[in-house]
Amino acid sequence: MAGPEIKAPAYREFPTIPALQPESMAGSKSYVASEKIQEAIGFQGKLDDDWQVTHDKAIAKMGDLLGKYRGLKVFMDSCVHCGACTDKCHYFIGTADPKNMPVARQELMRSVYRRYFTLPGKLFPSLVGAKDLTKEILDDWFNYYWQCSECRRCSLFCPYGIDTAEVTMAGREILDHVGYGQKYSNEIIGKVHKIGNNLGLPGPALENTLEGLEEDVKDATGVDVKYPLDVHGAEVLLVTPSADFFAEPHIESLIGYGKVFHAAGISWTLSSKASEAGNFGMFIGNYDQLRKIALRVREAALELGVKRIVVGECGHAWRAAYAFWNTLTGIGAGGTDPFAIELQKQLDPNYKQPSHICEVTWDLIQQGRLKFDKSLNDDRIITFHDSCNVARASRMGDYAGGQFDIPRNIIKAVANNYVEMEASTIRDKTFCCGGGGGVLTDELMDLRIKGALPRMEALKQIADHDGVNFMATICAICKAQFTKVLPYYGFNMRLVGGVHQLVSTAIKLGDEQ
Amino acid sequence: MTAATYFFAILFYAASALLVVGLIYKIADFARTPAPLLIPTTPAPTTTGGMVFRMFREVALFESLFKANLWIWVFGWMFHMGLFLVLARHLRYFTEPVWTWVALIQPFGLYAGFAMAAGLGGLWARRFLVERIRYISTPSDHLMLALLLGIAVTGLLMKFVMHTDIVAVKAFFLGLMRLEIQPLPEHPGLYIHLALVALLMIVFPISKLLHAPGIFFSPTRNQVDNPREARHIAAWATELDGK
Repeated sequence: MAGPEIKAPAYREFPTIPALQPESMAGSKSYVASEKIQEAIGFQGKLDDDWQVTHDKAIAKMGDLLGKYRGLKVFMDSCVHCGACTDKCHYFIGTADPKNMPVARQELMRSVYRRYFTLPGKLFPSLVGAKDLTKEILDDWFNYYWQCSECRRCSLFCPYGIDTAEVTMAGREILDHVGYGQKYSNEIIGKVHKIGNNLGLPGPALENTLEGLEEDVKDATGVDVKYPLDVHGAEVLLVTPSADFFAEPHIESLIGYGKVFHAAGISWTLSSKASEAGNFGMFIGNYDQLRKIALRVREAALELGVKRIVVGECGHAWRAAYAFWNTLTGIGAGGTDPFAIELQKQLDPNYKQPSHICEVTWDLIQQGRLKFDKSLNDDRIITFHDSCNVARASRMGDYAGGQFDIPRNIIKAVANNYVEMEASTIRDKTFCCGGGGGVLTDELMDLRIKGALPRMEALKQIADHDGVNFMATICAICKAQFTKVLPYYGFNMRLVGGVHQLVSTAIKLGDEQ
Repeated sequence: MTAATYFFAILFYAASALLVVGLIYKIADFARTPAPLLIPTTPAPTTTGGMVFRMFREVALFESLFKANLWIWVFGWMFHMGLFLVLARHLRYFTEPVWTWVALIQPFGLYAGFAMAAGLGGLWARRFLVERIRYISTPSDHLMLALLLGIAVTGLLMKFVMHTDIVAVKAFFLGLMRLEIQPLPEHPGLYIHLALVALLMIVFPISKLLHAPGIFFSPTRNQVDNPREARHIAAWATELDGK
């Protein structure tokens, strides 16, 4: 990378809240999407030359969103500036830029909302902090709405449940609408539609990769574990982030999923059409893209005639699948309309649709259908990093909080050494890895490194005290982000891995017994 | 009958009308706007009963704020509970005969006035002393606290220092409720108190005080976590199905 060498911020001796350093991250800016990228997914190519036109389009879009999303409207009206959220964002903790305080990030939009949509803002703008939308403010939106990972940690602590992620999504939606998109996310959305996955891996390459994987697993275990693609009539359709197909350490978990299905004797398949669980439509807050990307999974499920849909280790994909798929695509239960019934009558009602791979594995463990040699994981002292979208935007199992217990239960079932990180940094209070929500791009490396600070501090504590040498997580973005960022904090990049990587290490494949 | 009597009579009719109409408009607006996606902050209750209990904890105990920041919680909760008791105590000026439970809480309402003022003082001090909160405070945030503190202090002054003819004040308000105008005592403290209360009623539906109805419509708190069991879909999104 060009420019000065990026250094990680120093560990804080005590987790004190940083003093404000205004504008310290004003220079941290995503690359702007090109006209080609914007237009490929139906957005305006670039900003209009006449500012007034952009201004009017942005305000009209804001009005449109306020009428479509109750959350946005309530959140714009309800904030009292109490300050409860001000020290909760990992990007604020790491950068000290006050515009990275959740309330200030929201205020970038709320000040404009007040000016155009409320009486006091129209009459007494400076009294209530209302501002005209200017190019400078729109630039601030672009910079700071792309310094939010939509992790929702602030929403946990807000007395009114104001979710900055919703405001960030609305901000990005308006920016896209006026031709001011982010290159990284919009380029990826283009690839999903054109090729089928975020990484642009075409069908034949995927087939080769999976065949290679089968050979590798055969060499390592002597067992014919299959990694099937596009098999009609398979029981399970597995939809997983495309990073699982070749990135390290992601692929280790993919190997693990295959071993679980093999050991349990469940027929399964991947799909070349839906070879991506990730859904960046969520990151840009665009309902249409969110829906179109999700619909690929519905189509694949109908074509392949599967009975169950299972999602691999991916945080935001699990949010999209768990919380949004039933709404968007009818993958779920309880639908009474023809669109939903068409799919729901095909799916097996005995299983949760969709299921998380961790739910599948934990169910099988409880039924005694999987056997492990836990000692094979004895070289590891393991902790678990809760990924934000799993922790605060979805669930696993039958009760609230199952998303915390099930992955931990699996780890404890397959390994002997488990240590928990500090209580205020785990479960629903978990800190984002620093790379979620569409900021996993090289030009934002400074932000990503600084945003990882609170998680790195908690990890450092137990690495020093308990010798922890493996941080398991169930999110492709967390894995990619930590692999990049860990070395800046003096850790080995291989310290991060998947829960099913641990499963893969310890599982006994039926054939050898 | 003094000019002030007529002024306050008209002011309270106008303020009440603006409060009621403004709030009905805003609440209808919140209720009408669809929530197309399920976005409860999890872990969230999986049943409606659980959701109602969660909302109760938020409204009565400020559960999320308690998790966030103990100082803001202490001052904020003290102020709101104080205000609640003080308001309940004031019902005796609007009812004849006075309801039993209102009579019973009178002594508590008195101390609540001090708790309310102390809570407001603490919240205001934070706006000056804590750098992060100073950064996010607007002039209207300070004015809102000044307004509420003004109401609390003038109220306490009338109770403990410079009494007004409270029987006549009650007659004035009972009169307003029957659409007849009774004389309001001439008392500068009372005038300030009533003017500030009317101002609060007027700004309520157009200010951040909307957090009071807002929380009940906050999707991260009022949604049930059951997306796999029931299909949740907004009217405008239904049309997209099958396209």
